[in-house]
Amino acid sequence: MKQVIRLVVNGETYEVIVKASETLLDVLRDKLRLTGTKEGCDTGKCGACTVLIDGQAVRSCLTLAVSVEDKEITTIEGLAKGEELHPLQQAFIEHGALQCGFCTPGMILTAKAFLDENPTPTEDEVKEAIAGNICRCTGYSSIVEAIQEAAVAMDKTAQQ
Amino acid sequence: MRDFEYFKPSTVAEATSLLAKYKEEAKVIAGGTDLLVEVKENRIRPKYLINIKTIPGLDYISYDAEEGLRIGALTTIRALLKSTELRQRYPIISQAASQFGCAAIRNVATLGGNLCNAVPSADTAPGLIGLSARAKIAGPDGERIVPLEDFFTGSGSTVLKTGEILVEIEVPVPPANTKGVYLKYAIRGTNELAVIGVAVVVTLEPKDKVCKDVKIVLGNVAPTPMRARSAEEIIRGKRIDEAIIDSCARAASDEAHPRSGSIRASPEYKKAMVKVFTKRALREAVA
Repeated sequence: MKQVIRLVVNGETYEVIVKASETLLDVLRDKLRLTGTKEGCDTGKCGACTVLIDGQAVRSCLTLAVSVEDKEITTIEGLAKGEELHPLQQAFIEHGALQCGFCTPGMILTAKAFLDENPTPTEDEVKEAIAGNICRCTGYSSIVEAIQEAAVAMDKTAQQ
Repeated sequence: MRDFEYFKPSTVAEATSLLAKYKEEAKVIAGGTDLLVEVKENRIRPKYLINIKTIPGLDYISYDAEEGLRIGALTTIRALLKSTELRQRYPIISQAASQFGCAAIRNVATLGGNLCNAVPSADTAPGLIGLSARAKIAGPDGERIVPLEDFFTGSGSTVLKTGEILVEIEVPVPPANTKGVYLKYAIRGTNELAVIGVAVVVTLEPKDKVCKDVKIVLGNVAPTPMRARSAEEIIRGKRIDEAIIDSCARAASDEAHPRSGSIRASPEYKKAMVKVFTKRALREAVA
């Protein structure tokens, strides 16, 4: 049975026709053409599909689209302000914290939700925060450094 | 995923009557982090999915000095982790929540879901059983209360009858001088199901580290979370020192009866780890 639902993604409202069994991941990618969010394992283990719902990290592959109507969904496409990159995106580039880039959207959004709650983390806390996101390429140290640098930049902006 | 019909009941009564109507063809969904994996992997094929997450009034943590703790079944693991009340009064529950997957899972997974999914490694179970928790169940015929220790009937199965849902976990006020520890052992840290889990809840006499009472609950070494009663007998009434801890840990390891054929670890390894982690948990509990 298909139904029309309202999804609010990166501040924009979309009306989409979905089956109850369609995941948010599938709807974002296939119906809204927001392909920044990736399908890695499709079973919640790898973190590549992570998006934010009302500011909290969530596995979009394990979220039914029908269950998140009218909630604030943030995908990687929603981070930059026009041409201006989010401090996390900027830091990832500067630290070489991505190679193939497949884990990156999920990694950055996970980091954003974490830093929004814990603006001055220790290195161990950063490592624990991204423990649910698997990266095949980088060996993680550049990712941890990028997140630590972004934390400083985000905290500075918050203080201003 | 195979398609299904989707319901969003707004009361417990609506939910239980839908479940009673559709029987084995219906499944409850809350956080969905276990259920949707099972649907995707075709291990279950529900025709109807009943989303109970939007039923108001089942998401709470409340404490009363006489009645103890009541946790609504839809309370997320994140909420358990963040609760200062739990950290102060029932830290074993906070400790279990802190070893439960990662933030993205904790943000949506619920206490009720973890218990009702009933995998033998369920991280919230051993500590709550150690605290003598009770499960409040609602169904078409009303409510009933079951000790959590008796809630699990096998791997993936519970005492829930058709039409019933778990609505609350009740935990009594622990006796004075009680400390609980839950340790989860998994290869990928907290981000996978436990190889084994050990919960220890110890009540000490006011002096001399003599054990007044103890519960030792093991996860993932049997079809359900299990009490290591022989191990408990070794410690109960004794002064807890390294020698007693060692004997107790050995007994717990002997009592554990993990199955062969697990993808996670051989039964021999699991039993060896029960000994290691029971020791660590006991040491931490009496430190």
